Amino acid sequence: MLATHLPVLQVIIPLLAAPLCVLLQHPRMVWYFALLVSAAAFVTSVLLLQQVLETGEISYALGGWAAPWGIEYFIDSLNAYLLLIVTSISTIVLLAAQTSLAKELPDDRHTFFYIAYLLCLAGLLGIVATGDAFNVFVFLEISSLSSYALIALGKSRKALIASYQYLIMGTIGATFILIGIGLMYMATGTLNMQDLALRLADIPESRTVYAAFAFFIVGVCIKLALFPLHQWLPNAYAYAPSVVTAFLAATATKVAIYVLIRFMFTIFGVDFFTTTGPWQNMLLVLALFGILTASTVAIYQNNVKRLFAYSSVAQIGYMILGFSIGTAGGLIATLLHLFNHALMKGALFMALAAVTYRVGSVELESFRGLGKRMPWTMASIVAGGLSLIGVPLTVGFISKWYLIVALLEKGWWFVVGLILLGSLLAVIYVWRILEAAYFSPPENNPDETPEIREAPLSILLPVWILVFANLYFGIDTRLTVDVSRLIAQGFFGVSP
Amino acid sequence: MWAIELPPFVPFFIGALLILVSRGFLRAAIMLAVPVLGCIHLWMVPEGIHWQTEFLGYQLLPYRVDRLSLVFGYIFHIAAFISVIYSLHVKDTLQQVMSMLYAGSALGAVFAGDLLTLFIFWELLTLSSVFLIWASRTEKAYQAGLRYLVIQVLSGVILLAGAIFYAQQQGSLQFEFIGLEGVAGWLILIAFGIKCAFPFMHSWLIDGYPEATPTGTVFLSVFTTKVAVYALARGFPGTEFLVYIGATMTCFPIFFAIIENDLRRVLSYSLVSQLGFMVVGVGIGTSLAINGAAAHAVTHILYKALLFMTMGAVLYRTGSAKGSELGGLYKSMPWTTGFCIVGAASISAFPLFSGFVSKSMILIAVLSEGYDWVWVMLIFASAGVLHYTGIKIPYFAFFAHDSGIRTTEAPTNMLIAMGISAFLCVMLGVYPQVLYRLLPYDIGYNPYDATHVLAQMQLLFFSALAFAWLNLRGMYPPKLKSVNLDVDWFYRRLLPGIIKPCYAMILKTDASVRSYFMKWFRQFLFYISHHHGPEGLLSRTRPTGNTVMWITILLSCYMAFSFIYSK
Repeated sequence: MLATHLPVLQVIIPLLAAPLCVLLQHPRMVWYFALLVSAAAFVTSVLLLQQVLETGEISYALGGWAAPWGIEYFIDSLNAYLLLIVTSISTIVLLAAQTSLAKELPDDRHTFFYIAYLLCLAGLLGIVATGDAFNVFVFLEISSLSSYALIALGKSRKALIASYQYLIMGTIGATFILIGIGLMYMATGTLNMQDLALRLADIPESRTVYAAFAFFIVGVCIKLALFPLHQWLPNAYAYAPSVVTAFLAATATKVAIYVLIRFMFTIFGVDFFTTTGPWQNMLLVLALFGILTASTVAIYQNNVKRLFAYSSVAQIGYMILGFSIGTAGGLIATLLHLFNHALMKGALFMALAAVTYRVGSVELESFRGLGKRMPWTMASIVAGGLSLIGVPLTVGFISKWYLIVALLEKGWWFVVGLILLGSLLAVIYVWRILEAAYFSPPENNPDETPEIREAPLSILLPVWILVFANLYFGIDTRLTVDVSRLIAQGFFGVSP
Repeated sequence: MWAIELPPFVPFFIGALLILVSRGFLRAAIMLAVPVLGCIHLWMVPEGIHWQTEFLGYQLLPYRVDRLSLVFGYIFHIAAFISVIYSLHVKDTLQQVMSMLYAGSALGAVFAGDLLTLFIFWELLTLSSVFLIWASRTEKAYQAGLRYLVIQVLSGVILLAGAIFYAQQQGSLQFEFIGLEGVAGWLILIAFGIKCAFPFMHSWLIDGYPEATPTGTVFLSVFTTKVAVYALARGFPGTEFLVYIGATMTCFPIFFAIIENDLRRVLSYSLVSQLGFMVVGVGIGTSLAINGAAAHAVTHILYKALLFMTMGAVLYRTGSAKGSELGGLYKSMPWTTGFCIVGAASISAFPLFSGFVSKSMILIAVLSEGYDWVWVMLIFASAGVLHYTGIKIPYFAFFAHDSGIRTTEAPTNMLIAMGISAFLCVMLGVYPQVLYRLLPYDIGYNPYDATHVLAQMQLLFFSALAFAWLNLRGMYPPKLKSVNLDVDWFYRRLLPGIIKPCYAMILKTDASVRSYFMKWFRQFLFYISHHHGPEGLLSRTRPTGNTVMWITILLSCYMAFSFIYSK
């Protein structure tokens, strides 16, 4: 019965496939293999989501050891939703990997790349699939270590420094998370999430629990790059290979936010989060600072990858903002934005991969005149940019709408104003790119640089799949909204 | 069965697509056919809601037809048709596509039955129209277009915010009477107000419209502001606040228009002033006043487009639309001169011209509701309009001193377009019942009674006399080459001590408020770029230790709070 083993297959397939890559030295072969593995993971996640929606949550005891003694894999709608985001983006990004890497990485490095990529994928999936707190840390390290390697593969030497900085900060973050988990274990004697939740509710509030909470939340905020702990992110995104940026931007921070939601709402409980201290306000303030500051910084960036990296920091602010509201509506907004932001940043960073492929640079200067020479690529940046701003008929609008509605329900009007201000800032930084692409004369004579033309189909195809998804899920919101509702209902009990 | 489900914006959007793939004669045929077919289509459509859908749990009505929207629908089609003829000689794909999209978006907005659809078309209007300004392809036009874009997008964002608040309050997004209760109403009013060029929100219009291409300005003058008037008439009829806003709008442009030298800018100012009449009508909100506002929108579209067309023709032929550089053109452009005079007569509301039949409705409505002072302001504005548009435009362009420019008559297509609108201006003036039948409310109204005609004629003649006197004394400003004329000299001799201080004060306050604001804004921008710029504090690559410092700070915060809050 394969279907009953789906939760573990989700993680084990990419995990085992990663070392197998060593056997395939040819760049093309190893690409096919990785693509196949990722596609298999995608199919698994679709089946899992279906199963969860039909029959409810799935608990899988690893090796037959029953929880709370053994390690439990636990899939409910939240996990399945995240698995779907990660695997779908990973597969779409991989479609372009072969072409894009050909220009950015020597041939003999491709195998290493795919090993690290699959390990990173396995790590991210593991974090989401497991129901064991310590296991989260293990998979977090797997995904982090492999992403340090992936970032270091970037062409520029700055990639090494960026990767090193991320290594230091990421390790501090992971350590804090581990300390948090350790303190929880001290207080309760268990590591299983469900079990932790039950026991934490029983024991009186103690300093141990508070310390666990403090360490955990700071650690996870480093991983999800909440302002002002975001400083590893811009350089890591800017100097990593294009496909890595697209993959990490669309998945890694999302998984970190999942960890935050899971630990806060399942283990500590909604009441703990909303009643025992000013946690909501702290996150709210940091999120708002993040949105406004990072958006403004993005306006002044001259490297487009770095520009979108700062915009990611701002977008993470929106997600944390929804989370900090502490209501079902706020959580729905966050969950929607997890999915939607993965689509828009995926599309945008993939479009940048196309630009890197043809132009070799993503400096704003080199975008001049590309509107005519790479029309499809630039059109996708327009679509992605509109989505980022939150224009209706794109996914960006859906997330902003639910976020604003949630804020109004809570009565936080001034925050709504700041969010709209954030959207206007997004208009400006997206505009700078469009201005260069469509309104500035080309940097060099088109006749002298005939190699700058429309990107190859293998990159354009994934870009436009994502752009189409941006539009489709901006109109037909059934999947995203229904699943988000279901998840929020699970935490808050009432149907919003 | 007629496809009534087809919303009126669809033919225009399809037309825009077809234009992209067609060339030459076929393209011209498509551009002409779209408004004609669209208008016939609209004629067949009965009132009612023809398209409903659900989105985010709200009922959306992207296509709702009633009498108020129909009036605007018809006139938009007619205006689009005229403007297309006027721009037939233009061989610029960008402009042609964008003007089709622009007209289509205006129709979409007018038939939108909910705020979300309205918002979408509201932004589409902005995005398509800005290209008509950029199509001039000068640096100045590009900058003006950017400013236009920013303000218009802002209006859209405010509208969206208002819509969300409204949905929250009312549980519905339907676009019906909104009123000024609560934040939602105010936000939506501000959004409409920006597009409707309320005082202090009007600068985008004066700034942007004169920079557009000669043909682009004609399109621009028709749609954006009238959509806003429609939206006001739908959402805020009878809001007293609007009466005063509108009255201010009618009067304040006079001061600026009189000293302005660029005749297209003068027309832009008078556009604001005429919008003021409509806003007053909406603000009064009786069925007569709403009818008046709608009728004035119709007639105004026709004569303002006509005036912009004549100035566009002059600009096209001579390369200038500055009062000081033109003059004596009636010899070379007799037809254009004639059409311009018709337009001027209409905007000045001469009896038997279209402006008269609509403006008089608003004036009567104002009086019958007891707003005497507002009535006085409107009369003052009417006199002003005659001054700076009715006489100044044709006089300085076509007569005055002979500038020595010898050119040829405007191209045939321009003449035909001007001819059609001039004909409509006269026809509506002579047979106003054609217009009245289309208006939202059925009221028996006849503009041609003795008192009204006489009063209007007196006003017009005395105003004309004043112009003649000023001009003979050589005091009329546009003779000066520059717009920065010596205010002291001009008014010390004219009306010593009365107008001069007011006038100087207005300009001075205006200038100082602007410069103060700009100074403040620049400082603010400098501050921002200092911190956020590439080498700024927040943007530099900081050493790892910096993050560790923040980690420590945050951790201590969390710890401190937990110890404070834990018992």
